[in-house]
Amino acid sequence: MDLILVNLIDGLVTGLLLFMLSAGLTLIFSMMGVLNFAHASFYMLGAYFAYQVSLFLGFWMGLLVAPVIVGILGAGVERYGLRRVHQYGHVPELIFTFGLALLIEEVVQFIWGKDQMPYAVPEILQFTAFSIAGNSIPAYKIFMIFISVAIFITLLYVLTRTRVGMIIQAALSYPRTVEALGHNVPLVFMGVFGVGTALAGVAGVIAGPVLATFPGMAVVLGSIVFVTIVIGGLGSLWGALVASLLIGWITTFAKSYNVRMEDILTGLGVQKPVDMSESLIRDLWTITSPQIADILPYLLMVLILVFRPYGLFGKRDA
Amino acid sequence: MRKSIKFGLGAALALSLGASAALAENIKIAFIDPLSGPFASTGSNGLSQYEFAAETLVNEKGGVLGGQKFEIVAFDNKISPKESLIQLQVAIDQGIRYVVQGNSSGVAHALTEAIEKHNKRNPDNRVLYLNYSAVDPALTNENCNFWHFRFDANADIKMDALTDVIAQNDAIKKVYIIGQDYSFGKAVASAAVSMLGEKRPDIEIVGNELHPIGKVKDFTPYARKIVSSGADAVITGNWGSDMLGLGKSVLENGFTGPIYTYYAAADGITAAFGETGKGSLRLVSEGPLNPIASDRAADYVTAFKAKYPDGNVSQARITNLIEMLAKAIDQAGTATDVVAVGKALEGMEIDSLWGGKILMRPQDHQAIQNVHVFAHTDEGVQFDYDNSGYGMVVENSVEMASADSETTCKMKRP
Amino acid sequence: MTTQSLTRPPLVTLSGALPWVIATLFLLAMPQIFTSNSALTIMNQMAITIVFALAYNMLLGQGGMLSFGHAVYMGMGGFMCVHVMNYVEDYSLPIPLPVLPVFGGLFGMGVALIVGSFSTRKAGTVFAMISLGVGELIAACSVIVVAFFGGEEGVSGDRTYGLPVFGTEFLHQIEIYYLTVFWLVLSALLMYLFSRTPIGRMANAVRDNPERAEFLGYSARWVRFYSFVASGFFAGIAGGLFAINYEILTEENLNLATSGSILLVTFLGGVGFFFGPIIGAIVFTLLQTVLSLQTEIWQLYLGILFLATVMYFPGGLAGVLMMHALPIRLGKAGLLVVPYLRTLLPAALCILGLAGALEILFHIRHAALGDSEMTLFWVTFDSHAPLPLIAAIVAVAVGFWLARRSAPELAEAWHKANTPDGGAA
Repeated sequence: MDLILVNLIDGLVTGLLLFMLSAGLTLIFSMMGVLNFAHASFYMLGAYFAYQVSLFLGFWMGLLVAPVIVGILGAGVERYGLRRVHQYGHVPELIFTFGLALLIEEVVQFIWGKDQMPYAVPEILQFTAFSIAGNSIPAYKIFMIFISVAIFITLLYVLTRTRVGMIIQAALSYPRTVEALGHNVPLVFMGVFGVGTALAGVAGVIAGPVLATFPGMAVVLGSIVFVTIVIGGLGSLWGALVASLLIGWITTFAKSYNVRMEDILTGLGVQKPVDMSESLIRDLWTITSPQIADILPYLLMVLILVFRPYGLFGKRDA
Repeated sequence: MRKSIKFGLGAALALSLGASAALAENIKIAFIDPLSGPFASTGSNGLSQYEFAAETLVNEKGGVLGGQKFEIVAFDNKISPKESLIQLQVAIDQGIRYVVQGNSSGVAHALTEAIEKHNKRNPDNRVLYLNYSAVDPALTNENCNFWHFRFDANADIKMDALTDVIAQNDAIKKVYIIGQDYSFGKAVASAAVSMLGEKRPDIEIVGNELHPIGKVKDFTPYARKIVSSGADAVITGNWGSDMLGLGKSVLENGFTGPIYTYYAAADGITAAFGETGKGSLRLVSEGPLNPIASDRAADYVTAFKAKYPDGNVSQARITNLIEMLAKAIDQAGTATDVVAVGKALEGMEIDSLWGGKILMRPQDHQAIQNVHVFAHTDEGVQFDYDNSGYGMVVENSVEMASADSETTCKMKRP
Repeated sequence: MTTQSLTRPPLVTLSGALPWVIATLFLLAMPQIFTSNSALTIMNQMAITIVFALAYNMLLGQGGMLSFGHAVYMGMGGFMCVHVMNYVEDYSLPIPLPVLPVFGGLFGMGVALIVGSFSTRKAGTVFAMISLGVGELIAACSVIVVAFFGGEEGVSGDRTYGLPVFGTEFLHQIEIYYLTVFWLVLSALLMYLFSRTPIGRMANAVRDNPERAEFLGYSARWVRFYSFVASGFFAGIAGGLFAINYEILTEENLNLATSGSILLVTFLGGVGFFFGPIIGAIVFTLLQTVLSLQTEIWQLYLGILFLATVMYFPGGLAGVLMMHALPIRLGKAGLLVVPYLRTLLPAALCILGLAGALEILFHIRHAALGDSEMTLFWVTFDSHAPLPLIAAIVAVAVGFWLARRSAPELAEAWHKANTPDGGAA
């Protein structure tokens, strides 16, 4: 029982972190109709910039400055890269972001090398907030939850309650009309791209110390972010939130409890073969849930795409 | 670093030049390990240790066979089996007869098999495979061959030493075993289960599981399970980022007992653990730095650190390998006939730079040596790792560990 | 690229067959020029990549389907081949080595049949995402399903299992090379012919405008499905060749990185032309093997090259080459030579300068402490001294300025070369 509570908290942290990435990505998708393969690379840049800034000005300045730099870079990529490729169609756009992801990883290695950076949690947050039955919850996790929730509420407020938000929403659905009304739609797009990547940057800043800052961190998280927004429904902010939390909890619980395939199969009344050494399905019998925890989201995505191509909350086809 | 890596340029660059004859003065040793990618730091530190060992222990003493020098030629395998085979081909084309490799048992399996096939198909330019770190027991058991020599203690030998230590500790009643999901991780787990069951049947194994290798982003759920299981000790064969991630997560989430590891040292790991790991981390390995065996060893480490301030002397077996190879070549009286060199290596016994003796067991080509269990600490550290002030200090030692252990190897000799 | 007339051209024409004959002769002669074993290894690798890239382009170029998991079909085919190899050895079946890739192809096709049955219903992002998901799933399974994939070590076999075929035991690289070349030519030819069949033509139509294709009475979905399955077959052949060549398959044959690099190869070569992926495969393999020996940051150059291709030459290298078809037909290619030299030589200087600057910076940042000596372009110097870096930057600036200055001239010449005489020039 206690473990369930601990796992709920851990899953929430993972889910919210994922959400910070997928929120930006899904916004960008609804705007440009293209999946930004390099999104996780901006997350990585966030962590690296924050680490570099924190060397001179401390963690908190890093949290402030790094996302801004990442956002400016993102806007630049939209203005000088994507906009150019846009004319060739969607597939080259996707390939462009894919290439960008490769390039960013190489540039990061060029500048910071291949080793992990000693980017650490600030001293002030290095204590145990509370513990449940021997399992301690670090204060930093509470801080992560706090930051992500704050960002989600701000985002929701800006999008639905402010004039800027209205223009963005309108530009997403009817760019021509909004343009005719005298708004600078390309500027709006560039801004949204910048903000989306800045959000990824924030995620990088706060995830860097706990999930390690190393050149592979984008690849590790990259594809799972797409999975999230595809499951949630492309372009849906709420969908992204639900899917992120879902994935966070599924993977956490699958890893925490050793559910064995053997138990499930015998529970279903399947007889376990006596001699398994030569059987091709012997591996099926020995699968445990932690082993497959990390591929469950992919399985979920394929199933969703086959049966409900617009995702849980999506309104239109991917 | 770029300078020091004289990549095996010749053959691949000048495609047309053909196989250059091995008439050169130097005896070339191909170093096939990752020099780029996530494990690059481990690989390049290993390379520095090889270059330094070859220079200090062989070349400065006049070389072998009356003046021939050792030359380490680096090949980047990006820790991929396929890339390793390509690099092996390039190395063989350059007339190289000795291959050293260590990182990843997966690569080791690919290499040992490829070399066996190559030697069978090309009897006129055979090569020897000197394995300095891949410790999957299968390599000296069912998959053994004449061309493969292992200088590190294999996973079973290390586990034997480790379980001896655990067996003496009465405070340990429950043990949690966790490792990476591949041959080496499985070998560690099964050895731990069988040896603990033999030596301390009262110890309960409260968890035994594998996680995907190199893919886990967040070890928290595993750490939760370990803490909740009430384990007194953890045993893991994890290495690289998996070691760091697991160890940090377990310690941060409230675990205080000992964590017995194979690879929780150097290459940035010691620095990253720092104070957190003190009192918990244990390491089973050969070649102690603290206390150091002799003045000669101390001078060696000091000279190494002077040349490579960011490096670590983390793999004592590298010097053992170089010294044994040099001796074998001198004994055989030839560097080109690797069969003779291989036969000279079989059963060879030398005094290690790091104290004790090394015996290359002829039945399975497994080096038998002293194995130690170290503690991660900053007290009594003469030579630290990662310039962090923290290092590995010997807690227990097993002389000539598992010298009479069984092997299933049926060696076919040429 | 034969004529684009409305009447269907005869399947085999002299001008159509000529490139194939030349290419085959060229391939057969290669080992006479490059004799070393490692050269053969590199050429084998190239041939395998060519088959795989051509198979991939059946989707990307001809069908407009972007797959992020195509390594799966090659890998599965390869794994199957190794198993067949081992099975045949254990039971001494009379299956000679040269036919082995067929098994790989059939297995790759089988997997493509299953996956394609649901993934080809939609094109675009849905297809891309399913391919990504399936790719990750199967790559992850490779570690879990040890019986088939052999876990982290993979599975390996011995290609010299069988009886000699025409006295060949496949002990040596050169024999493997000729075997690979045989399969390369055969599968390239089959893939080319496939692109000429009605279904191959329809794949283009579905790519460009699925709705119109549907109005013509073709089911866009089935057209995609057929292309997908055919592509799976040839990817499987590539896998079989890989199995014969390396005698080992591992998880890396299935994973996302391999899938991504084949996308890179194909796009770099150019998706719009049949021979594009061939160029891509050759250039990529050379970069991978030769450039990686020269510099540690070759992947950075590759990334820059790739991104520049996407942004400025979406037709890839083949597209750049084919841009010159018109001037050559008009007999005006000569007009371009001088402007090209005047622009490209400074541009080359600029690029080399840039590469030099990058290498120097990289060396300053990552070389071992106290090691400040480096060798670049056959010159050895101290990387920490300002002069080399300044020289590199000056080279960049001068090259850029010169190239920039002669660019309008090139544009004008280009325009002229592409305008038929008598036109409004």
